[in-house]
Amino acid sequence: MNLNDTPTEGPDADAAGAASAGLTIAGKTYASRLLVGTGKYRDFDETRAAVDASGTEIVTVTIRRVNIGQHANEPSLLDAVPPSQFTILPNTGGCYNAKEAVYTLQLARELLDGHPLCKLEVLGDEKTLFPNMPETLKAAGALVKDGFDVMVYCSDDPIQARILEDIGCVAVMPLASLIGSGMGILNPWNLSLIIEQARVPVIVDAGVGTASDAAIAMELGCDGVLMNTAIAGAREPIRMARAMRLAVAAGREAYLAGRIPRRFAASPSSPMAGRIA
Amino acid sequence: MTTITIELNGASHAVGQGKTLHDLIASLDLLGKRVAVAINREVVASPRWQKRVLRPADRVEIVVAIGGG
Repeated sequence: MNLNDTPTEGPDADAAGAASAGLTIAGKTYASRLLVGTGKYRDFDETRAAVDASGTEIVTVTIRRVNIGQHANEPSLLDAVPPSQFTILPNTGGCYNAKEAVYTLQLARELLDGHPLCKLEVLGDEKTLFPNMPETLKAAGALVKDGFDVMVYCSDDPIQARILEDIGCVAVMPLASLIGSGMGILNPWNLSLIIEQARVPVIVDAGVGTASDAAIAMELGCDGVLMNTAIAGAREPIRMARAMRLAVAAGREAYLAGRIPRRFAASPSSPMAGRIA
Repeated sequence: MTTITIELNGASHAVGQGKTLHDLIASLDLLGKRVAVAINREVVASPRWQKRVLRPADRVEIVVAIGGG
């Protein structure tokens, strides 16, 4: 880990090989390590343009009641980002207990023709949108038992992450800071502990504000980054989507390359030998 | 025509007696749309819509995917 401030050997050869091959979740490999949400865009054209600029292959959606009486021929999100072109990751945004979350994802699975991949998030309260971990664990257990491939939003607590992995979640997704806050990577040490032990992909979910935050997450050794507001809320969302694509790729490369140690001492870049006079 | 009252997405809704879930979806212009349906919190897969006759006080939920993170 680069946090150790020692020259890292980088990930071992196998891990590096797998890394360059892409991000594998529930047996499917993706070239992009960026996952993006589809909320908060002006319209579906902007959503699609941002998704394209981000290079993502996995987009999150949320499940809501149809507006009865609304014009039935209105465009729909899944026309703009069709399941034939993207892996659709239905979330449980807005769910505050396990029961609601499980029910929401059962509907999502039906909506997506039986597709089992999902993003579980059980929220604790409206002020923080922090995960309610007891309810998250309960829902994760029920969903795994029911055949879902669960990617789970969780606290950045290595013990909770390990328990979720043991339950059978296919990815753990700790928050870097509060959802939508743009506060960036607040506890890289905890993320490192989770990354070190994890046998499933670790994806930072929530808190990224700008490109450097995404790069830091990837330099720590995260397998991917999931974001929505950082792109959709930027002054130019499509340009920010492109910035995030580059940042995630750059951070991954830097992680694989192995950074130099931090030390509080200068070291000349030019050789001392052969100086003039 | 005799009608019964069901709950549709949280609001009360009148449907003709003997109507099926399929009839309801059709009346809402939602056939062929990407929607999922549950009655009384149990998902009803689309092949079963024709057989499921609506009963008074059924709680029907029809959902779609919208933008979200």
